Amino acid sequence: MRSATNDNSGNRLTQMSSKDEQIDGTPYEGSRVEQSNREVADLAGQEYKYGWSTDIESDTFARGLNEDVVRAISARKGEPEWMTEWRLQAYRAWCGMQEPTWAKVRYARPDFQAISYYSAPKQQENPKSLDEMDPKLIETFEKLGIPLNEQKRLTGVAVDAVFDSVSVATTHRDILGKKGIIFCPISEALREHPELVKKYLGSVVPRGDNFYAALNSAVFSDGSFVYIPKGVKCPMDLSTYFRINAAQTGQFERTLIVADEGAQVSYLEGCTAPKRDENQLHAAVVELVAHAGATIRYSTVQNWYAGDEEGRGGIYNFVTKRGRCEENARISWTQVETGSAITWKYPSCILKGDNAVGEFYSVALTKGCQQADTGTKMLHVGKNTRSTIIAKTISAGRGDSSYRGLVHVAPTAANARSYTQCDSLLIGSQCGAHTFPYLDVRQPSASVEHEASTSKISEEQLFYCQSRGIRPENAISMVVNGFCKEVFDHLPMEFAVEASKLLSVSLEGSVG
Amino acid sequence: MLEIKDLRAAVNGVEILRGLNFSANAGEVHAIMGPNGSGKSTFAHVLSGKAGYEVLPGSQVRFQGRDLLELPAEERARLGLFLAFQYPVEIPGVTNANFLQTAANEIRESRGLDKLDALDFGDFLREKMAYVNVNPVMADRFVNHGFSGGEKKRNEILQLAVLEPSLAILDETDSGLDIDALRIVSEGVNKLRSPDRTFILVTHYQRLLSYVEPDFVHVLYKGQIVKSGGKDLALELEDKGYDWIKEEVDSNG
Ligand SMILES: Nc1ncnc2c1ncn2[C@@H]1O[C@H](COP(=O)(O)OP(=O)(O)OP(=O)(O)O)[C@@H](O)[C@H]1O
Ligand SMILES: [Mg+2]
Repeated sequence: MRSATNDNSGNRLTQMSSKDEQIDGTPYEGSRVEQSNREVADLAGQEYKYGWSTDIESDTFARGLNEDVVRAISARKGEPEWMTEWRLQAYRAWCGMQEPTWAKVRYARPDFQAISYYSAPKQQENPKSLDEMDPKLIETFEKLGIPLNEQKRLTGVAVDAVFDSVSVATTHRDILGKKGIIFCPISEALREHPELVKKYLGSVVPRGDNFYAALNSAVFSDGSFVYIPKGVKCPMDLSTYFRINAAQTGQFERTLIVADEGAQVSYLEGCTAPKRDENQLHAAVVELVAHAGATIRYSTVQNWYAGDEEGRGGIYNFVTKRGRCEENARISWTQVETGSAITWKYPSCILKGDNAVGEFYSVALTKGCQQADTGTKMLHVGKNTRSTIIAKTISAGRGDSSYRGLVHVAPTAANARSYTQCDSLLIGSQCGAHTFPYLDVRQPSASVEHEASTSKISEEQLFYCQSRGIRPENAISMVVNGFCKEVFDHLPMEFAVEASKLLSVSLEGSVG
Repeated sequence: MLEIKDLRAAVNGVEILRGLNFSANAGEVHAIMGPNGSGKSTFAHVLSGKAGYEVLPGSQVRFQGRDLLELPAEERARLGLFLAFQYPVEIPGVTNANFLQTAANEIRESRGLDKLDALDFGDFLREKMAYVNVNPVMADRFVNHGFSGGEKKRNEILQLAVLEPSLAILDETDSGLDIDALRIVSEGVNKLRSPDRTFILVTHYQRLLSYVEPDFVHVLYKGQIVKSGGKDLALELEDKGYDWIKEEVDSNG
């Protein structure tokens, strides 16, 4: 059902139904307006800084997917029998599912038999110390700005480094362990803490949830597991850095974060991949469980390889992220999405308990031929639940971005409140931005607001800046950073600085 | 410091500036008057390097010893040229303080000076705001966003004070100001007058010129400076209107 109902509190309800907001009169396909004078258009090919690859010997499965492959992955991981069975059921569910086509993205469908589902650098898994690690791996992460040596790391952030299908190192485990915090590769958690994994895995994103979640459930090879015990505030930010290296492989990571009653944790995620001409699939699942009174902040800076100017290559980023909040719990998703050829991603919150709070702060940038269809779902179930959605979309070049969001207020969610603000910024005249808000309100005491705006960096604005001595590149980056400020304010400090730089670099050359 | 010879510029194939000659020395104040649509704003835009104007061959503009016409707009600004817009542009999401800090630092950088950090610049900005009588809360408002017409004009004067140009072109900064604001803006301009700063005041009204006394008054008509004189010319125009000048020009041409 896609309709909004009442607005008892007297709040504005500006957008009533699903609607493709067509910006600046430019139809999406076909007619692209050409402008004759100097235009704020096309992006010159900004070099992707992380496009190199590491030459490392790896243990890679032959391409293709069937039950034997699923069993083999499970065996490689030394998983218990129930887990193998769990995967097989996911696989069987997936076999009967169709790839979703409702998103506003166009791409060649991946050939799922042409992908290798497991690739791991040849080394001892989970080495006890950095000495046991292949120096090439240490070097790779160092080059990415993610030193694995704890002494070299910025204080206050522990990292789990995932290289293709496996976690290669997790730092700061001793300090965390003293507080009873578990932060380890999920494959290790399956061996060391099977009762926890069994209890929570698939409890937020069921294995048959959607096509990509089912695929992930069948073949996921690694990712991070976090458990924060009751009442514990995690003393440092936890982070996972995902690196795709091998060609023709998919990356299917699985992240599970459980904050027990009253616990608090801030988690960061970063990602990069080499430049390759073929598309690569990244289908992740992230599940968050916030028990009563717990808080989870989940921040992402996504910078997967986006493909070249003509749209060759780049990562298909098809991700399912969802969190469940019990009473008085809070989950806050903050994402800065600048990479990937195709992004399909809707970090969501199930506000199950009374007074639960869900937040979604997003910046999505598309340039070149990138396409993004991203947004969130806020499902209000408990009483007095609140959600806030701030989505900023920036489109440059021939980029095309859509915001797609659902606010659902169940009959049980008395006095639920939700506020959505979607802002689009267009740079040049060949890009597109669209908003698809779905409101489904079934509780008369709820208040649901939606506001949307579209702006364009105009010739007039650029000239105004130039007339004050400001170069057009800097003018764009100034406007873009101003536009994103509300979202950046929700990122941990270091991440905010990085995100701001990343946007400026991504937009370099966006002035024709 | 500014010398313009036979400046011709067209928009969409229509010649708007049609052989304009003009020169100014350091420290002088020039008023440019003229009927609506005569090309005053076009003149200001062409000098400051706005895109969309075709400057026709043979046009010459020298500013501070450089060929102005070959420079992009931002370099003209760094060279010391400033335009107070007839219609200042809104930039939502960017605060005045951030905007001016970015501008001031780019200009400083181009002159080999150190950039000012947010704290130092904040002090500098507050000082300038007090100097030209602008409410300090304007620093944290988005550039011109939601400003009243008069506030926008006063914000232009603030920018002028902060960026300290050697040539300031004010395109109808007096239009749309109430009587007090006109006085405040005029006082601002008078304070900013200096032996090494030249002003070109585009205006329709003698009133501004009674506050800011010009050294020269020019009439721009059909894309040319058709008459120049001292400050009395403005009084004469106020009295007689433009018809007599138009007749003079149209019968000669
Ligand atoms: N982009 C444009 N396209 C077409 N005509 C233009 C354009 N810009 C300016 N003109 C024309 O050029 C002429 C001069 O305009 P300009 O704005 O310079 O006049 P002005 O002297 O500043 O007038 P006012 O006193 O009303 O501000 C006008 O006839 C105007 O319509
Ligand atoms: Mg004008």
